[in-house]
Amino acid sequence: DFTQQVTFDIKKCDVHGLEEGPADTSVLTRDQGLGLYRSMQTIRCMEQHVDLLYRQKLILGPCHLYIGQEACAVGIEASIDKADHLITSYRSHGFSFTRGVSVREILAEITGRRGGVSKGRGGPMHMYAPNFYGGNGIVGSQVPLGAGVALACQYRGNDQICVAVYGDGAANQGQLFEAYNMAALWKLPIIFVCENNRYAKWTPMQRVSACTDLYKRADYIPGLRVDGMDVLCVREASKFAKDHCQSGKGPIILELQTYRFHRHGTADRHPSYRNEAEVQEYSNKDPISRLAGQVIHANMTSAQEFEEIDMEIRKEVEEASQFAITDQEPPLHDLCNYVYHNSPPLKIRGIHRWATLVSIGNTL
Amino acid sequence: ITIMAAAARFFVRGAHPKLSFSGVCASAQRSLGAGLLKLSPSCASRTKTHKRHAAHFTFQPDPVPTQYGPTQKMNLFQSVTSALDNTLASDPTAVIFGEDVAFGGVFRCTVGLRDKYGKDRVFNTPLCEQGIVGFGIGVAVAGATAIAEIQFADYIYPAFDQIVNEAAKYRYRSGNMFDCGNLTIRAPWGCVGHGSLYHSQSPEAFFAHCPGLKIVIPRGPVQAKGLLLSCISDKNPCIFFEPKILYRAAVEQVPVDAYTIPLSQAEVLQEGSDVTLVAWGTQIHVMKEVANMAQEKLGVSCEVIDLQTILPWDIDTVCKSVAKTGRLLISHEAPVTGGFAAEISSTVQEECFLNLEAPISRVCGYDTPFPHIFEPFYIPDKWKCLEAIKKMINY
Repeated sequence: DFTQQVTFDIKKCDVHGLEEGPADTSVLTRDQGLGLYRSMQTIRCMEQHVDLLYRQKLILGPCHLYIGQEACAVGIEASIDKADHLITSYRSHGFSFTRGVSVREILAEITGRRGGVSKGRGGPMHMYAPNFYGGNGIVGSQVPLGAGVALACQYRGNDQICVAVYGDGAANQGQLFEAYNMAALWKLPIIFVCENNRYAKWTPMQRVSACTDLYKRADYIPGLRVDGMDVLCVREASKFAKDHCQSGKGPIILELQTYRFHRHGTADRHPSYRNEAEVQEYSNKDPISRLAGQVIHANMTSAQEFEEIDMEIRKEVEEASQFAITDQEPPLHDLCNYVYHNSPPLKIRGIHRWATLVSIGNTL
Repeated sequence: ITIMAAAARFFVRGAHPKLSFSGVCASAQRSLGAGLLKLSPSCASRTKTHKRHAAHFTFQPDPVPTQYGPTQKMNLFQSVTSALDNTLASDPTAVIFGEDVAFGGVFRCTVGLRDKYGKDRVFNTPLCEQGIVGFGIGVAVAGATAIAEIQFADYIYPAFDQIVNEAAKYRYRSGNMFDCGNLTIRAPWGCVGHGSLYHSQSPEAFFAHCPGLKIVIPRGPVQAKGLLLSCISDKNPCIFFEPKILYRAAVEQVPVDAYTIPLSQAEVLQEGSDVTLVAWGTQIHVMKEVANMAQEKLGVSCEVIDLQTILPWDIDTVCKSVAKTGRLLISHEAPVTGGFAAEISSTVQEECFLNLEAPISRVCGYDTPFPHIFEPFYIPDKWKCLEAIKKMINY
């Protein structure tokens, strides 16, 4: 017989530019707890499969795993609506899942097959869904884009917000400051989320940032520094941020302090820019085990129920993995499609004068 | 259709027949036992390689240079490190900066330099290409030798304004009072087999449209070191694109001491009488193979020219060759429309119109973004080049 609802204590956020931040407690129901666990565990299992597939040379293209950062995507999604908008960087598999892309479509996209969410054309980074504007390869490019989406929301008066996610490396890009300025000036309903995993690829954040308080970076925009390894913290902070935006107060920055357990990308070979002790220290703060521990300790569920969930997830991911390897690659003529919007189909110049392909540009 | 089928032969994919997963799902460290992953039907008949891709070229090393002193076996990234080492040793004002260069760089081009020369001379910058290049221009204008690294050529566009509007025009607009000739920008370039849209681009054509810049692309380690040292000592802002697929694949005997290879001089690698083949970077190795194939299968004698410097390019060497052979094929990975082959083609037809036996052929990438899964079909491989030669011969 399980407890249906518990109030957990969470770490208080550091606050900038505001009287007060989110509360230091979080109310969690049993269903919500199981839901958060399931989401995070699915992402974890899926990403581990991606790593395996990469090592078997079944994946093309640079692949960046979300292992360790699951609390960020899942916590944010728990507080926004499906109708809200989100855009992120190249470390996008977690968000692709939370925004509604199935594990099957994610894995098939990573292996570049027809069944992938972008029809096999985007690869590991470029996955999209309604109100999810992708995975973006160029660092920081997604932030002004997110500001634009927020402007559209404001213009249409539909009470929706946009969440623009970036990393500690992107925090030093000029275009972010341009986006901050416009967002503050026009009070755009945007949450800037910095997933600070302490390393921009191989470079520690503190060596390339004159100001390491990334939540204070846009001096005139309020900010919160949040424990990104605790899904409940992220959830509360995101709720707080969404309320802030929707009440017309303009943008807000969330700095989620998180950590990636794997290398920057699956192709990475550089071994020694982080020390083992640090990786171990953060592994002990694994967001999934943390939530599981809290929820079991509060008697909201049992270890056995979690094991059952694990088995279901593993089965789902394995089936998806099998699909991702056996599905067909996209047809060759798809190489030239969707370069432009054009109707009727457009001739695209090919490898040489005698090869022309025909490009379809309309969704049929 | 024949071309596609031929290209398909080179798209090899395999998989392990048996595999075991372990430790999936972090909290329950359980082994799943051996699971048999079924191969895709199109894979079943292939028993060959487990490679992600068969490379579309075979690197053909240069002969060992004898005129520059003792040599050592080096690959492309090691030859770049050697050039930078020579520079930092002889030029006390030289500094190297970029993203992740302090550890040695994502492609190991700057390994050991920070330890040897100090952290004030080899240092990391934040992630801001526009800032990196702007900063580099400033360093150069003030008199120091600035060697800026852009981590991938695909990321150079935020710096496009700085390069085109500032670096290229500094000398011109100040009436020669100031210049940023001390600036060299290095960037990994070109397709790599698994780079997809944003790790495979060849942007030389964008910059070729900008007078005031020099653009250089080597075909191997010996050329790379000599050309890079020329770029660094050249009194103009230079962009040096390094074919990333060759970083490890290209191994040659490279002189240990400093030496320079002149800029704006194309090199005739192989003489021939029927067709001139012009390319640069990785594509040179494809062209060498094409030349052999043309000789064996068609009895056609090809002259292979490595352009090396894209801007300003060696018009004379190319035109002299076309005047002799009457046919020209230019090949590059970048998309065909507005690619640099267009400039060469246009100039050659102006200079050598009456010498031409057939229209000039360009075998280049499609007019699409660099694709993810379709890469083997996108790149101008040797079969497509051979087909173009056949058509020119039979014109």
